[in-house]
Amino acid sequence: MLKIQNLSVYYGDREVLKNIGLEVKSGEVVALIGPNGAGKSTLIRAVSGVIPIRRGQIRVNGTDLTTLAPIQRARHISVVPQAVSLPPAFTVWETVLLGRTPYLNFLGQTSSRDEELTRRSLEQVDVLHLAESRMNEISGGEQQRVLLARALAQDTPILIMDEPTAHLDLRHQLDLLKLISKQAREKNLTVMIALHDLNLASLFADRIAIIEGGQLCMAGSPKETLTTEILRSVYKVPVHVIQHPESHVPLILPGLGD
Amino acid sequence: MFTCLPVYIHPMRRAPHLSSFLFLLLAIVLSIAIGSVFISPVEMWASLTGNGQEITDSILWKIRLPRTVLVALTGAALGISGASYQGLFRNPLADPYLIGVASGAGLGAVIAMSIQWPYSFWGLMAIPLAAFAMGLLTVLVVYAIARIGHTVPTTNLILAGVAISSFATSLTSFLMLRSSDEVRRALGWLLGGSIQAGWLSVLAVLPFLTVGIAVLLVSGHALNLLQFGDDQAQQLGLHVTRTRTIILVAASLVTAAAVSFSGIIGFIGLIVPHVIRLWLGADYRRLLPLSLIGGAVALLIADVLARVVLAPQEIPVGIITALAGAPFFLWVLRRSKNQGFW
Ligand SMILES: Nc1ncnc2c1ncn2[C@@H]1O[C@H](COP(=O)(O)OP(=O)(O)O)[C@@H](O)[C@H]1O
Ligand SMILES: [Mg+2]
Repeated sequence: MLKIQNLSVYYGDREVLKNIGLEVKSGEVVALIGPNGAGKSTLIRAVSGVIPIRRGQIRVNGTDLTTLAPIQRARHISVVPQAVSLPPAFTVWETVLLGRTPYLNFLGQTSSRDEELTRRSLEQVDVLHLAESRMNEISGGEQQRVLLARALAQDTPILIMDEPTAHLDLRHQLDLLKLISKQAREKNLTVMIALHDLNLASLFADRIAIIEGGQLCMAGSPKETLTTEILRSVYKVPVHVIQHPESHVPLILPGLGD
Repeated sequence: MFTCLPVYIHPMRRAPHLSSFLFLLLAIVLSIAIGSVFISPVEMWASLTGNGQEITDSILWKIRLPRTVLVALTGAALGISGASYQGLFRNPLADPYLIGVASGAGLGAVIAMSIQWPYSFWGLMAIPLAAFAMGLLTVLVVYAIARIGHTVPTTNLILAGVAISSFATSLTSFLMLRSSDEVRRALGWLLGGSIQAGWLSVLAVLPFLTVGIAVLLVSGHALNLLQFGDDQAQQLGLHVTRTRTIILVAASLVTAAAVSFSGIIGFIGLIVPHVIRLWLGADYRRLLPLSLIGGAVALLIADVLARVVLAPQEIPVGIITALAGAPFFLWVLRRSKNQGFW
């Protein structure tokens, strides 16, 4: 369980996150949505410990994460970063094997168990066949899945992702999110995903947290949060909300204006 | 079930350490053999086992061997520190010479020399220490100028390196011109030519090299992580700032020790890691030890060439490495711009 309380984060003098409070239970998938620049990535960076927090607490099953060394923190939380430039000369296999770092000594010596977990993670996200390819030889979508494989190899109770579907085609978007929600249920993972696509968030998240201007506006089920009024006020555009024909969750259509 | 594991083992790649050791052995034999008097491998063996002729013994033990050892240590130092700087800056063109550390360390060494130059062990130890202090200062200044966030774009790095190293070189020349009796020796030294070979010099650099190289040799995994950027490295469990600092200090220590007694020798730290990267891929756990050995091989061969090209006259080894290195640098620059592959 991930529990964020009164979290404030500054970039220089600017308060980019204001008093965020959010709880994600084990086995639960929470989607972070909100306009560009709202602070989703900043929240993810703060929770994963790469930027300092000014106030507040981040707890995992009662442990205060801010007091932990990076290696201990990395045994609690794995992160799939937003599409980034990756070192081109590393192979997919080498990249995913690095997910085992929190359990290795400083020389990075891996055991056969580490290799087995790495292979299984590659298989789960359907990139085992690319194991020997270099990172600059595969597509953006494949890179994104490799980063998910690395996070799975890290084998942590909490998984955080920053727009993991950005470069994926429709099938791989669905595959990835299905895999995530399956993992969340089976392994009792705590999952937090920043998503741009409101419909995917609606389909796959148990709860949705809306962030705007560095503040958490509201958090709740897709039905509670994805309403015409709320979305219009957050995104400043007219929208229509209809029902998904199979799962009955809300679907969002952009309106054409007044 | 691991028989189908996709871990590549190319035959050429299976024994990289063994083959590089063979190259090293060959380079050492060449370096001992070649000079104004040729020492054949048979004579060499006789002298080393204590059955040689007096003249051969004296040339081998007093001249060739200390020089060979010092050149090998210098090359090894430049190779491994080059690879480390490249990893730290995430830039394939970082080289102790190009980023100005070598010139900074050179300035430090000349300052120490102009204060006192008694040929004693402790007098000699002051030189690498001063070189280390100035080298570290230089790299910090270059980094502070060149960086944007945590990345260091090539253009910024090279421009800052060139500016700072010109500055350091001018100060060095100024100091050398003032202490006129040392001018000739120091000038040759600066060009990386008249390597101050003697067992005392070897002894004086050894502690610095041992510590620095030991640290760098175990930093391969950390450098692998740093290639993914500071955020990801930390999310994977690396203490980023601490690790960066340790590696930076160790690489500068190693560079400074090399510069202290061999002068400023460019491009070894650029060429060697690059060739190894092309051969064996990006894994720093292999790249670092092989750059160490490869650096020794490369500089030994350059030093042999420096002795034979204009024999009996000797030319500064820095000229040889620059002749080979500058075109190589331009090739890498083009390549890294074209495909971002390194
Ligand atoms: N490294 C940084 N330094 C300063 N400001 C930043 C930095 N990263 C992001 N910001 C600012 O913080 C705010 C939140 O950004 P971010 O968390 O990336 O938004 P989101 O991921 O929701 O699009 C934005 O206004 C952005 O300009
Ligand atoms: Mg973002």
